[in-house]
Amino acid sequence: MESQGKSPVGHAVTLPPRSASGNGHDPTALGTRDTVEIEIRDVCLSYDGRTQTLKHIDMDIARGQVTAFIGPSGCGKSTLLRCLNRLNDLIDGCTTSGSIIVGGIQILDPTLDVTELRKRVGMVFQKPNPFPKTIYENVAYGPRVLGIHNKAQLDDIVEKSLRSAALWEEAKDRLHDNALGLSGGQHQRLCIARTIAVEPEVVLMDEPCSALDPIATTKIEELIHELKKQYTIVIVTHNMQQAARVSDFTAFLYLGELIEFGKTEKLFTTPEKQATEDYITGRFG
Amino acid sequence: MFKGFLRSGDPFIWLTGGTLAFSLLMIAALIWIVGANALGFFWPDQLRAVDLQGGQKLLGSVRAQEVIPQSVGDGQEQYRTQFQVANRDLYGSDFRWVDDSLMTGHAFPEQAIYLERYEWGPFFGFLTTVRQDGEIVAEGFDQAWPKFLELHARTQATLDNIHIIEKKDIGDINYELEQLRIEVKRTQRKETDPTRAAGKIAVLEEDMASWRQAYEEKAQELTALYQENSRYHITVQDINGKEKELAIAGVVRGFLPNNMNRLERFGLYVARFWEFFWEDPREANTEGGVFPAIFGTVMMVIIMSIVVVPFGVVAALYLREYAKQGPLVRAVRIAVNNLAGVPSIVFGVFGLGFFVYAIGGTLDQLFYQDSLPTPTYGTGGILWASLTLALLTVPVVIVATEESLSAIPIEWREGSLALGATKWETLRKIVIPGALPGILTGTILAMARGAGEVAPLMITGVVKLAPTLPVDGHWPFFHLERKFMHLGFHIYDVGFQSPNVEAAKPMVFMTTLLLIVIVIALNLAAIAIRNRLRSRLRFGAF
Repeated sequence: MESQGKSPVGHAVTLPPRSASGNGHDPTALGTRDTVEIEIRDVCLSYDGRTQTLKHIDMDIARGQVTAFIGPSGCGKSTLLRCLNRLNDLIDGCTTSGSIIVGGIQILDPTLDVTELRKRVGMVFQKPNPFPKTIYENVAYGPRVLGIHNKAQLDDIVEKSLRSAALWEEAKDRLHDNALGLSGGQHQRLCIARTIAVEPEVVLMDEPCSALDPIATTKIEELIHELKKQYTIVIVTHNMQQAARVSDFTAFLYLGELIEFGKTEKLFTTPEKQATEDYITGRFG
Repeated sequence: MFKGFLRSGDPFIWLTGGTLAFSLLMIAALIWIVGANALGFFWPDQLRAVDLQGGQKLLGSVRAQEVIPQSVGDGQEQYRTQFQVANRDLYGSDFRWVDDSLMTGHAFPEQAIYLERYEWGPFFGFLTTVRQDGEIVAEGFDQAWPKFLELHARTQATLDNIHIIEKKDIGDINYELEQLRIEVKRTQRKETDPTRAAGKIAVLEEDMASWRQAYEEKAQELTALYQENSRYHITVQDINGKEKELAIAGVVRGFLPNNMNRLERFGLYVARFWEFFWEDPREANTEGGVFPAIFGTVMMVIIMSIVVVPFGVVAALYLREYAKQGPLVRAVRIAVNNLAGVPSIVFGVFGLGFFVYAIGGTLDQLFYQDSLPTPTYGTGGILWASLTLALLTVPVVIVATEESLSAIPIEWREGSLALGATKWETLRKIVIPGALPGILTGTILAMARGAGEVAPLMITGVVKLAPTLPVDGHWPFFHLERKFMHLGFHIYDVGFQSPNVEAAKPMVFMTTLLLIVIVIALNLAAIAIRNRLRSRLRFGAF
């Protein structure tokens, strides 16, 4: 076990020695044409200081690709996702160790300005969470935080983001209506628009479709395909078909351990581990 | 069968529903009693001339009727009636109980007059003559009544003039004189060079002399006006022929209660209401209006809200958002909750010791040295009373704000933080706007609590009769050090401290009704604002 420091991120920079065999899988499952956007090395996390929720995770996430985290409930996939923008900092007593490097920066460094990180790593949540403001204000929220107050510039960003989130046509006539008046699927697309309005490099999606109906889900999935061209996407999902449909890489987590990580078609067709096969064929989970 | 009835839960439903119904009934009864007693007060009743056994007569309006307690056992119940007979100067008391068995007949004489007077309460009786400079100018009802009305209008106009001179002109002169007196003291204290000091003081004294001259002129003007008014008198008789001479200027208004149609009565009713709202009180607060008390109450509640809302909200923000949740914060929270249960008089004593004596006394020493020994802030005043109430109601605001902060969905906070907003930006843009309805609920509760509180005010600045309002035309316009009147204290004072409780009773009900209405109005306003905010936050699609 790693020792847990007082700071919520623990020993972030000084890496503990890793066992020679690792976890038995290759962290760089990426092909030669892929660039590494996020490098996760030996990440351990505990919420209460006793039980390990994440155990020695090693993984590389490719730029401009969709990486899916799958696994049964409680396996730590959302926790791992929330490590990537340090949202776990909100939880008292949560300690993380290891190393996560995003775009060359060690993000587990306790002195890091997390707001800067979060501007570069956006997040879409499981439950659509538009703010109780107008559609316009929702999208303009992030740019305003960034310090953009020029009206024309904001108008531009709002339109561009809503177009990218495939919401412009539906919302353009009601930009100044309360966002809470939209439907559930529109809410989620609004949240995506809000996230990409600050032009992040990485977009994290925590089960973005679990609260949506099949039609809205299809729209979001199409959107993910579109967004892939510009952003690195990490998605957590319960739905294996969805993972198979939208992702290029898939990581299977089980009880806090990364069991298998690889190209999606390979993982779903010829998994290396028995547990992976059991899970994707529905024998447990 | 019975067991089944118990198991069904029906008795519990009846119990809960019944309890609620009972509470509502009690509240409705309270409002009904207050309303019925208060609203009838201004309606001009007819004057009944009653013939009594033994040839005596009585003129008055019926106030109450009850069974004579001794008669209940006899099997034959007898009643007695309470009349308002007025004429306190003649009879010594305004009210009289008469056994119904002693009444032999009654009538409603058309010429009976009802005079509301500035002193001695109303007069019921008949008009005989009108005098000017001691000479009779009109005699008999037909001549005297129109003459009275004409002269009454004239004396009232003169009274208005007197009022303006006394309040405005002489008030201004006194204010200037007081400022000059303080200036003299300041010069004596600060100026070290005795010759320069003497020179400055001489200039000030000269100024003061000119103001005193102005005062003399105004005083002469006043004397002339009073003399003018004292020329007109009327002679009135009570129903038994006892005569009394009254100055016409001493009559607020006179009317013929038995000779009025509904419209005239309604007009009088409205006029009396108007007087109640906008006039100063008179006759030890038992007559006239309550305007200074309304003003004082509303102003105090507003000052209190201005202080308590930011203070409570900021404290709650720290407790809920920034403080590390642990035993200490829990202890603080329990202490805050308990603070709401401390008797209000304890807050009053604290306010007197801390605000009035400690802070006020220090302020006087530092800034108002020259008015001493007369205290400025070192005595009770509307500011100290408001601050005391703010202290009393701050737990309400803290608890309500904390609850509404904790009700803000975690998803909103995370959404904002995930966009790179800092905690403070998240609080300012998402959390606080979302918690606003709850904060306003706390404000409403605090205002309602504060408006109805009396005990702590009695020792921190409320008086039964304040000569001036806390707001006037002299710089700096808001005089927060001044003592003020308050409706709640007014009720206590008029109802329980006045020498003529029976006559003051309707006034008590009226003031109570007014206080209830003001509290309800303040609440409704705050609720309306809250609902507007809340509808903006409501989820539409889920």
